[in-house]
Amino acid sequence: MNLLAQQTETGRTLTFALFLLMVAATLVITVWARKHTRDATDFHSGGRGFKPWQNGFAIASDYMSAASFLGIAGIIALSGYDGFLYSIGFLVAWLVALLLVAELLRNSGRFTMADVLSFRMRQRPVRTAAAISTMSVSIFYLLAQMVGAGALIALLLGIKEGETFLGMDADVASNVGIVFVGLLMILYVALGGMKGTTWVQIVQAIVLLGGAALLALLVLAQYGFNISDLLGDAASSSAAGASFLEPGQRYGVEVAGDATQTMWNKLDLISLGLALVLGTAGLPHILIRFYTVPDSKSARKSVNWGIGLIGSFYLLTLVLGFGAAAMVGAEAITAQNPAGNTAAPQLAQEAGEAFGGSTVGAVLLAIIASAAFAAILSTVAGLVIASSSSLAHDLYNSVIRRGAATDREEVVVAKIAAIGVGIVAIVLAIFAQTLNVAFLVALAFAVAASANLPTLLLSLFWKRFNTAGAVWGIYGGLISAVGLVIFSPVFSSTERSLLGEGVDIAWFPMSNPGLVSIPLGLICAVVGTLMSSESRPDRFATLQVRALTGAGSERAVGH
Amino acid sequence: MATTPTRDGPPPVVTDDQLAAMHDDPRFVDLKRRLFRFIVPATIGFLAWYLLYVLLSAYARDFMGTVVFGNINVALLLGLGQFVSTFGIAWAYSRYTSRNYDPQATELHDAVHYGEDAR
Repeated sequence: MNLLAQQTETGRTLTFALFLLMVAATLVITVWARKHTRDATDFHSGGRGFKPWQNGFAIASDYMSAASFLGIAGIIALSGYDGFLYSIGFLVAWLVALLLVAELLRNSGRFTMADVLSFRMRQRPVRTAAAISTMSVSIFYLLAQMVGAGALIALLLGIKEGETFLGMDADVASNVGIVFVGLLMILYVALGGMKGTTWVQIVQAIVLLGGAALLALLVLAQYGFNISDLLGDAASSSAAGASFLEPGQRYGVEVAGDATQTMWNKLDLISLGLALVLGTAGLPHILIRFYTVPDSKSARKSVNWGIGLIGSFYLLTLVLGFGAAAMVGAEAITAQNPAGNTAAPQLAQEAGEAFGGSTVGAVLLAIIASAAFAAILSTVAGLVIASSSSLAHDLYNSVIRRGAATDREEVVVAKIAAIGVGIVAIVLAIFAQTLNVAFLVALAFAVAASANLPTLLLSLFWKRFNTAGAVWGIYGGLISAVGLVIFSPVFSSTERSLLGEGVDIAWFPMSNPGLVSIPLGLICAVVGTLMSSESRPDRFATLQVRALTGAGSERAVGH
Repeated sequence: MATTPTRDGPPPVVTDDQLAAMHDDPRFVDLKRRLFRFIVPATIGFLAWYLLYVLLSAYARDFMGTVVFGNINVALLLGLGQFVSTFGIAWAYSRYTSRNYDPQATELHDAVHYGEDAR
C-alpha cells in the first residue's frame, strides 16, 4: 500500500501551508537580524553574544541534517540496528569537540578554522589550504543535502509519476524544491549573517525536535510504552527476523563463501566508524559556531547543550526507525523511496491515522514534513555561512589583500560569496539529481577527519608544528580521502555507483576511505613538519596561553 | 593621567609578548597539567570504548545478538551504553573544569590583562 500517494489534496495544502508559515517566520527573523548586523564580527560570528543554550540549539540544528533525521530513521526502518550504529558515531564524536577543540578554538581564533591553523604559520599558504578544505567539505555536504531536498519536497507533497500539484509534475517539483531551498539559504546568510542564521536555526531545531518527539510519543503509545514489544514487532515485520536487531544487515555484511569480500566489508565498517567519530570536530560549519559565544566557558556549555539535544534526538530516531519498520513495513517504504528516506513521514501518517483518523494523519504528516524541511534548511544555511566566511576572511582578506581589507569590505565580499556558493550549489544539485550522491555526507566527514582534525590538534598541542606541516597535512588528508573514494565502488563498477556499472576504475575495495586517509593525513602533517626547519616557539607560547587562559581572546561586541 | 586598570568594561589590550611571557610561569605549567590530567585519559578512554563497540559490531555478532530480556539484546544495551558514557563524560568534564580549572585559568587571565597587583 502506498500511503503518500493517497495523500489528499487537503493534506498537501496543509503541508504546504505549514512550510510557508515556517518560511515566513524565518524571513521575519532574517530581516530583523539584517538591521542588527553592522560589522564583520556580527556577520561572521553573530556579535559573539549568544547564550550557551541558544548556541546549543543552533549547534544541534547545524548537525541534525536530513541525513541524520530522514536518513538514519530510514536506515533503521530498512536495515534495523545498523542505523543506530551510525547515530552512535555521530554522537560520541561530540566528545572530541568538547574535550579537545571547542574551548581552545574559541579562545585562540577569530572567525574561521584557519585563524587557529595559521596562528603561528605563514598566513597565505595555510589559509589557502584551509579555505580549499573548508570549501570541499561544505560543497560535498551541501550537494548531498540539496539533492535530497529536491526529491524530498516532491515526495512530501505527495507528487507521484503522472500527477501534478499546482501544475508541477514530480521532476519540475524537484527542481523547484532545489531552487527554493537554495534561494532561502542565500537569503538567510546574505541578509541575516550569523545573527540571523543562528536564530533561524534555533527556531528550526525546536520545530524538528518537537515534531520528532511528538511522533515518537505516539508510536510508543501504540506499544504501551514497551520498547521491547516495539522491537519485537519491528523484527517480526522485517524479512531478517531477530537479526534485524543485531549489527550486520547493512554495514560489515558477511558474504557467504567470499572471505575476502567479508573482510573488506568489516574493515569498511571500522573505516566508517572512525570517520564519523573523528569528523565532527573538523567540520567547518560546526567549528565557527564556537565563535558566537562570549567566552570559552560558554563554548563548553553550548557543546553540552548540543550533546544533550543531539543525543535525545538520536534516541527519538531509534523509536521512529523501528516504529516505521513495525507500523509501515519495508515493502511500503521502499515502494515510496528505495533508500528509505520517507520512512519517518510515512510513519507520521500511519501513526496519526491509528491515533485519530485520517485528519490527524494528515496533520502529523504535515508537521513531520516541515520538521524535515527545517532540518535541511538549517544545515545548508550553516554550510553556506561557513564557506562564505572562509572565502571572505581567509581567501579574500588574508591571501588576496594580505590583510589590508576593511571590515566593511570583508562583509560585502562575504555576502557576495554566499550568493556565489549558493548559486553554484543550486546548479550542481540540479545536474547531480539523477546520480547516487548519498555517499557525499560520509565523504565530507572523512575529509574533515583526515585533513582538518589532525592539523587542528597539532597546531594546538605540538610545539614543533609549522607551515609545511599544516599545508602537507591538509592537502594530504584531502587528496587521499577524495582520491580513494574516486577509485572505490561508490564511484564506479557497481550498478549503484555514481558512474554506474559501465565504468570500472575501482581498485580500492572500501566505500569509506577513513581507515587509510586519516592516518595518511596525520603522517603527511608530521613528515611535512620535520622536512621544514621553520619553528616559532614564541608564537606557540602565545597561542597556548591564549587558548588555555582566554587572555587576549576576541571579546563580544556590545552595540 | 594613567589610571589603575579596573574590572569594569573590556580588559586592557595585551601584547603577544605579554602572553608568551606567561608560558613559562609555573602557574601556567600547572594549569596545563590540570587540563591534560582530565582530557588525555578521558579521550583515550572514550575512543577505546567506542572502538571496542565498533569492533564487537563487526566481529562478535553472536555475542552482540545475545538476548538479555524480552527483545533487548547486548548490541542495544552496548549502544545505549555509548549514549550514557557520552553524557557522563560531558558532565564529569564540566564538573572537573569548574572546580579544578576555571578558577586557575581566570586567575592567569587576569594576571596577564591587569598585572599581578590589580585585584
